[in-house]
Amino acid sequence: MDTSALLTVLAFERPPIDWHAVAPELTLLAVGALLTILDVVLLERGRKFMAAAAGLGLLLPLIPILTLAVDGTNRSMFGGAFVVDEFALLMKALFLVSGYIVVLLSTNYIAEGDFWESEYYGLLISSLMGMVLMASARDLVTIFVALELLSIPAYLLAGWRKRSLEGNEAGMKYFLMGVFASAIMLYGMSLLYGVAGDTRLAEIGEAVGRGDSLPIVTLGVVFTLIGFAFKVSAVPFHTWAPDTYQGAPTPITAFLAVASKTAGFVALLQLVYVGFYGRDDVYGPMFWVLALLTMTVGNLIALRQTNIVRLFAYSGVAQAGYMLAALAVAGEVGDTALQAISTYLVFYAAMNLGAFAVIIAVARKTRSGHTQSYGGLFEYAPGLAVSMGVFLFSLAGIPPFGGWYAKLAVFKVTVEADTWIGYSLAIAVAVNSVIALYYYANIARQMFMNPVPDGDTTPIKVPFSLAAAVAITVIATVGLGVLPNLVAEITEVSLLAAGG
Amino acid sequence: MEVTGTWYLVLAAMLFTIGAVGLLIRRNPLVMFMCVELMLNAVNLTFVTFARMLDDVGGQSVVFFVLVIAAVEVVVGLAIIVAIMRRRPGATADDIALLKG
Repeated sequence: MDTSALLTVLAFERPPIDWHAVAPELTLLAVGALLTILDVVLLERGRKFMAAAAGLGLLLPLIPILTLAVDGTNRSMFGGAFVVDEFALLMKALFLVSGYIVVLLSTNYIAEGDFWESEYYGLLISSLMGMVLMASARDLVTIFVALELLSIPAYLLAGWRKRSLEGNEAGMKYFLMGVFASAIMLYGMSLLYGVAGDTRLAEIGEAVGRGDSLPIVTLGVVFTLIGFAFKVSAVPFHTWAPDTYQGAPTPITAFLAVASKTAGFVALLQLVYVGFYGRDDVYGPMFWVLALLTMTVGNLIALRQTNIVRLFAYSGVAQAGYMLAALAVAGEVGDTALQAISTYLVFYAAMNLGAFAVIIAVARKTRSGHTQSYGGLFEYAPGLAVSMGVFLFSLAGIPPFGGWYAKLAVFKVTVEADTWIGYSLAIAVAVNSVIALYYYANIARQMFMNPVPDGDTTPIKVPFSLAAAVAITVIATVGLGVLPNLVAEITEVSLLAAGG
Repeated sequence: MEVTGTWYLVLAAMLFTIGAVGLLIRRNPLVMFMCVELMLNAVNLTFVTFARMLDDVGGQSVVFFVLVIAAVEVVVGLAIIVAIMRRRPGATADDIALLKG
């Protein structure tokens, strides 16, 4: 090494670190490391309380998030690569609460399966750490690292039932599609770097928004967004979702359907609002196509599903389409679309996690995923049947449950845009809500009107943690649906004002 | 004839396309996996070329992140492939099709 190079190395100064701003990530890291070490030291003895420890550990980072929210100032580090603002804090809290509910769902499922290993919770926490980091990432490299940190443990979790071929297939399909998507996204990022000469989204925003659209810019924007279209399972990049959802352990299906999809939307929002905002001639039409396809194809295929988990996979695809519709008009309505999608994500998490909690509880007795096994559920498990009814009608968008407010927010945004893109999407959202009502109501009809298929009406024993998960999500879905202003207040976030 | 940065960009684009097409048409999980690595290395080449053209070290440091994460992906991917091969020796992507609908 020559002298000048040595001098450069010695002159390196650590960039200032705002420890308060990274406290949620560091707490999560400490919890994950501690759990992994405890597992190695205690082995069998630790297994009884590992789930409880993981659950508490996920609630712990909410404390620094709360203090940061009370403090209220926007914090930015590493030249704007890591930003803590209201949007980031809201999404971090949403990830952690969703993660906590997934732990509640997992407790008995994992302990009673033939695949019980404590690494499960360590992997879950590291995946959540990637999501929490994603909410603050405003730099291509940070986004990439956060994406991989949340995806790689999720590949393993999806293939967790390693002795069943379905489990293997779920892991394999998710893995191959996942790495394919991240390779496409990275190629897009490399082109954007070539245009802007910087990896920070704010700088990219300036370089990309300036002047006419060059083919290289269009290609970079489209490829980067396609990477995340896989993550949110937008049609035609959704093919992995139903198979992975069906083969994975059901709590992990809930995790992928809610937390992982939310992370994909968080990344899309940051890219669109901070990075590509001036290029709505590129992302507008792209999201228009994706949203139309995602809504319609998701709902039409969901109509003929007979497996409840696959049905919810396609229903989740369709729900992602509604959110993409709001994203398509982001250029016209600004932060209103961001707020509509944030609202949608909060309600989507509550109602979908709740639906999966009921699916797990019912499967404990029926050992089947067929929709007909829900026949007469109301006779022997009225609590579960009513809860499931709440989630189904909320997903369908019927007042007073939470889903209607979320759907209304998206609908309003698309109409407000006052363009042909907006109006056509508003019509599509309305038509698709009617199609979706058919298959949601079909399950409700099975539960409340049809007879029990095998006449076995012994009640379902619901373990405490699962009952708690159902209770929390029912309260959230109904409570926030009756008082939507509570959500509207916390989702009043902005990515444009901060300027990245 | 002088070799300019554009040559490398074109080469990277070709490597990326070969990788993407290979992933879609090959049926052996290991070969599909190699195709992904080809795509990732095309990305690395693009980053390094742009870093050289723009005289900016940022693009070169991105390559380290990509390399490390690609290595992590290999570990997880091979673990999943080994789990499948244990149960079904010689399985191709077409055999792994229990779940559909």
